[in-house]
Order: sequence, then C-alpha cells, then structure tokens
Amino acid sequence: MGYVASARERARENFGRAGEFLSEMRRKIHREGGWTDLEKQPIVSLRDIAVSFDGETVLKDFNLGIGDGAFVTLLGPSGCGKTTTLRIIGGFVRPDAGDVFFNGKKITGLPPHKREVNTIFQKYALFPHLNVYDNVAFGMRVHGKSEREVKAKVGEMLGMVNLKGFEHRNVNLLSGGQQQRVAIARALANEPKVLLLDEPLGALDLKLRKDMQVELKKIQQQTGITFLFVTHDQEEALSMSDEVVVMDKGAIQQIGTPPDIYNEPKNAFVADFIGESNILDGVMREDFLVEFAGRKFRCVDRDFRRDEPVDVVIRPEDVDIVPPDGEHLAGVVRNVTFKGVFYEIIVDVQGFKWMVQTTEFERAGAEIGLSVRPDEIHVMHKSKYSGTFGDYSTFSDEMDEDSRPAGGEAR
Amino acid sequence: MGKAKSAAFPYLVWMVIFILVPTALVVVFAFTDRSGCFTLKNLEGVGRYSNVFLRSIGLGAAATAVSLAAGYPLAYRIARTHARRRNALIMLVMLPMWMNFLLRTYAWMTLLEDSGILNHILRFLGLPAAHMINTQGAVVLGMVYNYIPYMILPLYSVLTKIDRSVIEAAQDLGADGRTVFLRVTLPMSMPGVISGVTMVFVPAVSTFIISRMLGGGSNLLVGDLIDMQFLGSAYNPNLGSAISLVLMVLILICMGIMNQFDENGATEGGVMV
Amino acid sequence: MKTVSKVYAFLVFLFLYAPIAVLIVFSFNGSATMSRSVWSGFSLQWYARLLQDRMLLEALRNTLVIAVIAAAVSTVLGTAAAVGINGMNRWARRAVMNVTNFPMVNPDIVTGVSLMLLFVAVSKAMGGRSLGMVSLVLAHITFCLPYVILSVMPKLRQMDPNLYEAAQDLGCPPAASFFRVVLPEILPGVVTGLIMAFTLSIDDFVVSYFTSGTTQTLPIFIYSMTRKRVSPEINALSTLLFAAIILLLIVINLRTAKDGQEKTAGKER
Repeated sequence: MGYVASARERARENFGRAGEFLSEMRRKIHREGGWTDLEKQPIVSLRDIAVSFDGETVLKDFNLGIGDGAFVTLLGPSGCGKTTTLRIIGGFVRPDAGDVFFNGKKITGLPPHKREVNTIFQKYALFPHLNVYDNVAFGMRVHGKSEREVKAKVGEMLGMVNLKGFEHRNVNLLSGGQQQRVAIARALANEPKVLLLDEPLGALDLKLRKDMQVELKKIQQQTGITFLFVTHDQEEALSMSDEVVVMDKGAIQQIGTPPDIYNEPKNAFVADFIGESNILDGVMREDFLVEFAGRKFRCVDRDFRRDEPVDVVIRPEDVDIVPPDGEHLAGVVRNVTFKGVFYEIIVDVQGFKWMVQTTEFERAGAEIGLSVRPDEIHVMHKSKYSGTFGDYSTFSDEMDEDSRPAGGEAR
Repeated sequence: MGKAKSAAFPYLVWMVIFILVPTALVVVFAFTDRSGCFTLKNLEGVGRYSNVFLRSIGLGAAATAVSLAAGYPLAYRIARTHARRRNALIMLVMLPMWMNFLLRTYAWMTLLEDSGILNHILRFLGLPAAHMINTQGAVVLGMVYNYIPYMILPLYSVLTKIDRSVIEAAQDLGADGRTVFLRVTLPMSMPGVISGVTMVFVPAVSTFIISRMLGGGSNLLVGDLIDMQFLGSAYNPNLGSAISLVLMVLILICMGIMNQFDENGATEGGVMV
Repeated sequence: MKTVSKVYAFLVFLFLYAPIAVLIVFSFNGSATMSRSVWSGFSLQWYARLLQDRMLLEALRNTLVIAVIAAAVSTVLGTAAAVGINGMNRWARRAVMNVTNFPMVNPDIVTGVSLMLLFVAVSKAMGGRSLGMVSLVLAHITFCLPYVILSVMPKLRQMDPNLYEAAQDLGCPPAASFFRVVLPEILPGVVTGLIMAFTLSIDDFVVSYFTSGTTQTLPIFIYSMTRKRVSPEINALSTLLFAAIILLLIVINLRTAKDGQEKTAGKER
C-alpha cells in the first residue's frame, strides 16, 4: 500500500495546480480513445476485435493500442477476456472479426511462429524433455543461429535471470521460481519486440511473487521491451505497470496509470475491483457539490448535468474519524478488525455499512463522526455496474476473495 | 487448432471403411436372402437356435460368476501387499495371458482327457477315473482359466486406488472389518467389478474355440454356430449374419445395463500392459 | 487368516500355471507314441521336428510380417488420430471415441465375420482373387488402431497444451513443433501402443481365422495342429513362445521401470 499512499500524496499536491488540468485531459482522451500511453507510437494495436467460443461472446468491439516500451497490464476477473486478448496477439486465437496490427502492419492471419512476440505461459510450458540450456536455446536453434551465438546468448540470458550454473539441470526438478526464470530467459533469448505474460506469477507463493514482481520490472526497464502482462491481482497490477487496462465481460472498463485507476475510477466496477471502496448513491447538485447520505458535500468534480444521479466512491483510508458533533456524518461502530498497520472498522451510517481504515482503535458500539475531504470524494457517472456493489454489511475477507471471480457482486 | 483436427482424417476414413461398412454389411446380410432380396427369414431362423443362445449365456454367466468369486479375493490380497511385491504378483497374473489362448486351452485338453494327466493322478491315488472333457463343466473351466486375468486386473487397479484414509475413516467411525468391507471397500470397487464382468462375459459368450476343444461336439455355443455358417459345413452367411447381429445387439444391451450400475460411467482399470 | 489367504493365492497361481508347466514338461517327452500324458524320458526330438516343419516356419514368417506392418501402420495412423481427436471439441471427440471403442466391446467373432463379408465382397468385385495377406494386414490394423489411440490419448491429455504453442511462439512451424516438442512428450504412450499392437497382432486368432483365406498364421497353424493330430510338437512350440514372451516382458519391464523412475522424479517439482 506504500505505493498507493505516495501516489495519493502526489495527487493531493497536484490538486488545484495546472498539472491537474493536463492529466484530466489525458484521462479524457484515454476514456474515449482506448489507447495506452499516447506519447508513444503503439507497437501492437487491436481494432474492432470480436471473439466468441461456442457461441459465447468473449470480446466484442475491442480496441486497444499498446505503447512501445511500456509495461502494460491487463487486469480483470477471470473470464473477462484478458487471456484471450493476449492469445490473439500471440496468434493462438484468430478473432472472428477485427484486425491485429504490429508496428502498423496487419498481422491478423500471421501464424504464431512468424510473429515477433513471445509468450510466458501460465504454467511456463517448459519443454520437459530438454534441459535448461536446450530450453533457452530452442528459439535460436529454430531460427538457425550458430551454436557459438546460441551459447553466448544463453549465457547472457541465464545471467540476467540469475540462473548461471543451472545449464544442465532437468527443468522438471527446478522450483517454481526457477522454472519461471527459465521461461523468461527462453522468451527473451528470441529478442522479441513484445513479451506477453499470462498470469506468470499465479503459481508462486506470496513472498516469491513479490520478489519476481520486482525482478520482472527490473528486466523490463533493462531491456526496454514492451511487456503486456495479464493478471487478476490488482495489487500486482498497480505496483508493476506503467499503464493498467481494467477489463470486465469482454470490454475495457478503464485505461490509465495506476494512480489514475485508483484515484479516479471510471465506474463502480473499477472502484470495487481496485482496492476497497464505499460506493454510495448520490446526486450531483451542481459543479463541485454532490449530495449523498442525506447531506451535501463539496467535491472536486464538475461537468455533470444538474441533479444527475451518480455513484460516489470513498476509499476506506480516506475517511477521517472525528467526534460525533452533528456537523459530520454520524454512525455506530459495528465491527473492528485489527489488520496490522491499521484497524478496519465497519460503521453503520443510517443503515449503510461503511468500511473505514484507521490507525486509532475504536470500540465496537461507539458513536463516531466521519469526515471526508472534498478531494477524497470521487464522483462517477452511473453505469451498468451501478447498484451491483452494496455496502459492507455481509462483508468477510474470505467470501470476498471466494466470490469475486464469479462476478464480484457478493457483499 | 483447426489443423490438429485434420490429423484424425485418415483414421476416420479407415474406421468408416473397416468398421462402419462391415458392420452395415452384417446388417444387410442379416435382412437379405441369397439372391439379395429383403427377408426376415434369417432372423426367424435365429429363433430356432434359442437353446444355443441360452446355453452360451448360461455358461458365460457361470464362468463370469466363478471368475468374480475366485478373482476378487486374490485381487484384494494383491492390492493390500507391499507395493514392491504387488507389481511382481500382478505380473504373475498377467503372464499366462501373453501365451496364445489356443495353447492355454490345449493345455487343458491334455489335462482333462480320459487318458489325461488328471485321470492318471486319480488312478495313481487309487480313485476312480472321471469323465471330464467334453462336458459343460470343462467349457466353463476353460473360460475361467482363459479370462480370469481380465477379472483380476480391473479389480486390482480399482482396489489399489482406494485411499487408505477412507478405510481408516470408516474404522474411526466404528465400523468393524466386515462392515468396512461391505459398506466401503465393496461399493468403492464396483467400477472394477463392472469392467471385470464385461471383460470376462463378452469373450466367454462369443467363444467358439473353448467349446470346440473342451466341449466336444455336443456343447454347441453361439460362436460355433456363427463359424459353421461362414466357414463350416452349414455355409449360409445370411443366417450367420443374423446370428452375429443378434449376438452383437444382446451384448451391447448387456453392456448398456452394466454401465447403468457404473454411476460415473468410468471404464477405468481396463487397460493392460 | 494370513495363512489362509496365502494358501488361497498359491492355489490360484497353481491353477494359472500348472497347465503351462505340464505343457512345457511334456515338450521334452521322449515318447515315440505321441502320447500327451505318459512320460517316457527326456528328449529334444519334438523341437527338432518342429524346426523342420516348413508349414510352421512359413506361418511364423507370415505372422511376423503382418505384425510388423500392422503395428507400424496402426501406430502412425493411431498417433495422428489421437492428436486430431484431442483437438476436437467435446461433442465430436465423444462421437469419434464411441466409434473407436466399438471394436473393443464388440465380440471378436463379429468383427472377424463383418470384415470377412467386406473382403469377400471386394474380392468378388475384383474377379474372385483372394486377398490373403493383404486382407489380414488390413484387418489387423483395424483392431490394433483403438489400442494405439487409447494408449496415446492419456499422454496427450497429461501434456501441458501450451507446450505445442510455446514451440510455435518461439518460431517453430506447426509440423516441426509437433516432432520437436509433442512427440518426445507422448513417446512413452506411442511405444506402448506399438508394443500392444504388435503383440495383439501376433496373438490374434479369431479375426485372422475369418479373414485369412488360405494364408497361414501362427495361431491358425496352432489351431489346425490341435484339430488334426495329437503331437507334442505343439508343446515344444508353446515352450518356445513362452520363453520368447518372458524375454519380451523382461525388456518391457526394464523400460517401464525407467519410465516410472522418471515419473517419480518429475513429481518432485
């Protein structure tokens, strides 16, 4: 969460400055265009892609451009179409409609072996009958490189992933993390323009996953290769990416930098999927004034219709606890959970259960006031996701984890 | 993946020519006479041999029952021995199967004959000689001898797969040895029983070698009947086809009924080697 | 209880092996009366006679030729078929596997008879020429195919489906990817299928009996021996075959033991 906090800090500082206007403009373009990182020429772009399997739509009217040299993450629950997107770029799925462009050239019908992209598969797909060296050398040998070249490159690659000395090991006997590294070395030995990574860290345990996140980011920066990374883990997406593409039900929900996605979720789905959110029904009374929970609040959003119904998102860590003085929202603490750095408390405000994260202990049953600063209130247009996410009344961590992939409406 | 599918194309063509077409020919022959006209005479003719069908099914069922009764305890015992000895024992069960079954059956001929070894032994022990060959008992014995490995193998592979902790859980819940076997082990080994029963019953019902070598001329089975229509004195492929068709349908119905018992529809444990 | 079950196991194995033992012992019988059950001294005369039997040697040659061709063809066709079937959707796969299983559940005699009808019809159309060896080879390929497919299929299903894609991803064309990556992975299943096809073909009597015409194979020769004359030659033949089988099984076992070791090694990851 350190990263998120510092990003928040930066956003806070930026508030009211000229920079805010520019990034607002960029965000707007993102929303409407569907391009990541506009400053750079897209190296891969997908135009009007539609895919369905056995009559079930996986992607429809899908448009996406991937900036050259960026670390871009496709983030979404399972079944959202992110892996399919990756496989279209890899050449393993032929879209029913639409085209794939690589450096401006159409490659829609090009078979996988002729594409200048390489993939890290979910379970690595190392060749079990070959040792580490032969696995890494596979691509170069296919391309007819001399054994001298192969040897030099394999050495370089294994050095990069810290596997020097493992050349003659049986890949089946390596640990998960080591297999992962071999897969990276094997893919990068081919010097791809784009590396596609399909949930590559999913099979690793937590600590190893954190280490590999750092390492992957380092490798990406060293090599300058465009990384397109698929994950359902929002924390992973936020901490590694230059740009995040949030997907659900075969459509892009939002594209932006991690702070953008976190601080300015475009709709209730993004707000709920990225981090914890209190999502309330509200009405935009005028520019910079929104009404929810029976009160009017100053905010920093504008350009809504007068009295437009909206979704209001308030992050649990953005709520400050104040004495119940009548000026603020008042509620009763229902439940307190110690989380280490903070307490997570559920506060009943007129029947709506808020989640609040605070460093100070509150006793269950206590009456408290809640204060939210204007820049911490995020106002969103209503979307098809409005109303799918309730309050925290039946919340439990485990259930949330369990039921999210099924559609995320359990709360 | 569209290309992968086409790899099966030559096979599909092969199966159409050598499985579907011949099977269709059997059906066509069953419903036509020698000049190729449609007739139901052949099927009616099969009715005359209902006693042969009954005998085949009866002897096949008897052989299956004996195989199950004799094979289950052995499979159970092998499944519960130490893993290293287990493989050697199951190899011993399989080894005779690798010998041509004509030779296996022939071996029993030399044992059961009136002047055969068993009678030699009986005489040596001062017991009266027994007439064993050319009886129904000899046919059942031959079937059991030839096909009992097919019963033991699937039983064994299902029994070894039963998780020991399931047995322990049953014991923990208060079941004694008998109850554990009847309530847990036996129901869990049902898929093996089913596949063993079908693997013994089908070849036993349709055999014509065992009956000919050990049953003499008097214990005619369906297999002998078919053989006689195609390669024997009674040459009549149309009637032979009709008998084959009835046999095939009967067996498919039996298998269908057996599979009903097999809830999962799993035909595990049927693979040899 | 322990001894009871030990005695029981011993009795079953006695039942399984006693006839074979008798067969082998009497192959060395020196009796000149061709008796099958009276022992009269050790001799190798039946082996000598056996090896001079022209008919037998020809039958053996036919059997081996048929088995080699049938095993090779059914292994190639069956492996390709398994790959293809594996790539089908569930519905098509079910349908094809049902047809594949059919010859395995169908009684051998019906398979034999139905193929005979086909070959007779074809040979009539070709002017009455007997198909002989050709029809035997075709019939043997047909009943071997399902066994090859069933032994290759599980290996394909166990295999990480991404392997084939990974090879292409690294620049290998599809056909080359199959030979460089998929085939090495499924090879144990392919070899098992090959061995099964070979032994099934050598051992088959029922289907051959109906499709051979006038061609002799070893099982058909054995059958005619048991029918026509009573001769300990057949015992000698059994002994030789049994020895060959044991030798073959030892080889296979060494191979599968190695395979098993690799498997347990693979599990440790």
